[in-house]
Amino acid sequence: MEQNIVIKIKNLTKRFPVGGDYFTALQDVDLTLNEGEFTGLVGPSGSGKTTLLNIIGGLDSPSKGQVSVLAQALNDTTHKERAQLRRENMGFIFQSYNLLPVYTVFENVELPLILNKIDSQERRQKVAQAIEWVGLSDKTNSRPAMLSGGECQRTAIARAIVHQPALVLADEPTANLDAENSHHIMKIMVQLNQELSTSFVFATHDEKIMAYLRRIIHLNDGQITKDEKIDNPKSAA
Amino acid sequence: MIKFLTKGILRDRSRSLFPVLVVMLAVAMIIFFQGFMNGTLNGMFLDSAVVSTGHVKIMTRAYKEESQLLPNDLALLETKQLVDKVSQDYPNHFWTPRITFGGLLDVPDENGETKAQGPVFALGIDFFSSGSRQIEIWKLERRLVGGRLPENGSEALLSASLARKLGLSLGETVTLIGSTMYNAFTTYNFTVVGTFKLNLGPLDRQMMLVDISGARLALDMEGAASSVLGYANSLFYDDTVAVALRQQYNKINSDTTDIFSPIMVALRDSNQMGVMVDWMNAASGIIVGVFLVIAMIVLWNMGLMNGLRRYGEIGMRLAIGESKGQVYRSMIMESVIIGFIGTVFGTAMGLGLTYYMQEVGLDYSAAMESLGSSEFIFSNVFYAQVTPELYYIGFMPGVLATVLGTMLAGRAIYKREMAQLFKELET
Repeated sequence: MEQNIVIKIKNLTKRFPVGGDYFTALQDVDLTLNEGEFTGLVGPSGSGKTTLLNIIGGLDSPSKGQVSVLAQALNDTTHKERAQLRRENMGFIFQSYNLLPVYTVFENVELPLILNKIDSQERRQKVAQAIEWVGLSDKTNSRPAMLSGGECQRTAIARAIVHQPALVLADEPTANLDAENSHHIMKIMVQLNQELSTSFVFATHDEKIMAYLRRIIHLNDGQITKDEKIDNPKSAA
Repeated sequence: MIKFLTKGILRDRSRSLFPVLVVMLAVAMIIFFQGFMNGTLNGMFLDSAVVSTGHVKIMTRAYKEESQLLPNDLALLETKQLVDKVSQDYPNHFWTPRITFGGLLDVPDENGETKAQGPVFALGIDFFSSGSRQIEIWKLERRLVGGRLPENGSEALLSASLARKLGLSLGETVTLIGSTMYNAFTTYNFTVVGTFKLNLGPLDRQMMLVDISGARLALDMEGAASSVLGYANSLFYDDTVAVALRQQYNKINSDTTDIFSPIMVALRDSNQMGVMVDWMNAASGIIVGVFLVIAMIVLWNMGLMNGLRRYGEIGMRLAIGESKGQVYRSMIMESVIIGFIGTVFGTAMGLGLTYYMQEVGLDYSAAMESLGSSEFIFSNVFYAQVTPELYYIGFMPGVLATVLGTMLAGRAIYKREMAQLFKELET
């Protein structure tokens, strides 16, 4: 059904100027993702997966084609409207966590709620809940420098889902983590996907992640080469 | 959000303490430098003004023509009325009569025979009138090296070097041998009650200061004075004001056909002081201007670097939904706060240093010895001066340059695709 579509992309092309020429990062991409999907954009370095993720998130603009996210055509929106879309309906998880080092775990997770002007009492409840989801209740007042890589990424996940967005975009979320932490992180995201019906889109080439994905979109040289549904992913367990 | 950002600024010393310290030091240096230049230049002008020129000076047209000869026979008469009038007409200045005279100083021994003798350059100053600021502007309490200040017209202060040269002790009597304003021979006894050191190079060598009442008795100049000197109440010489005052006064009061009519001259009109004033003002403007520009570049650069260092944070904030405008405004607000706090502390520090140097001064006695033959009156001790502009001059580099640097750095938020900020974040 149309209302269940979270992302709809038609004929997307993205070119970057390089010297006096252009490099084509994405070419004629067509893609539709539905609510609650747990999808990976997979491919080698330079295949265009991060660029696609950035365009979906409204952080980058397409050179050509139509991109609609959560029923909003990004081509027709202003920068402010895209910022509002991200603030209210999206969460981001980065490879290098991007936590603010001078703030505690609680404060880092709190930031999206402050931007959404949630009152302080409700904020405290939601932050505490998000931190509990990712299993960091005992680290609430710690700063990022005092956390392990896994704990930092769990904090970043809590920040991405604290306002219960419809869509979470994760760019190589396990790239800096060991196997044990990677599995732990993925299990948390699977659980959140199921409990909150949040759609997740990953850009990754990490084999460990792929085992959890229910849909894998293969990218190569800026084009979708394969769109694969996984019958029995770990996330179904 | 403001509370959240404030918390971050306070915790991140590289965003708060370090920039505040840089701004503070730069502003303090600018203020101190400006204050020292002000004080040194105005000190030079004030020393000349106190000893001979005033900020403005009234004398007869005839006296002006022969002033090098100290022609008291051409002196102003009825000076009390003149002082009262100019005090009323020009209340931003204070006015004082002065008799400048020379003569021979004779020191008798116990038998009344000449023990020592020497030429003297003497000034009759109005020490005792109510509201007189002469002791203040001569800084006599600080410059007195022995004895006390005069208490009546027959007491005199001698420069320490003249007293030493004449072998005088405090309490001894000296006889002035000279001529009255009617060119008659005169002798008059003064008791030396104190010695002073002006630290003004050659002037100290043969100077005597007496109250104008004693000088009038000695020179038969009742009600008369060589000149009436005017000083800005702030003691700060403003050349533009002095020149305007001179023009205004002369237009009304000076008669070119009457050689005894009063004429006003400004400090710049005396002893080539005009060249000095112009040169000093230009040099001061250039030096302070260059220093100000350097400080602005440093603070601009700091604002710029501070902004560049935070591209990653900016990217993340944009990703989680802050608009470009919100991020840009918060960066500028932050730099305004940092610049303002740094400037306030820097201004306080700069004013403190300037005030200290205003009170203590920097002693250049040895260097000034080499200028002993100069015609200009140079102080041996340079003092800074706290002037009104020092309270706000620091805000230009402190706040403006810091904010401009941040604004320039923040342009990247608008110029670049957000994805580019992330790439910079991850490198």
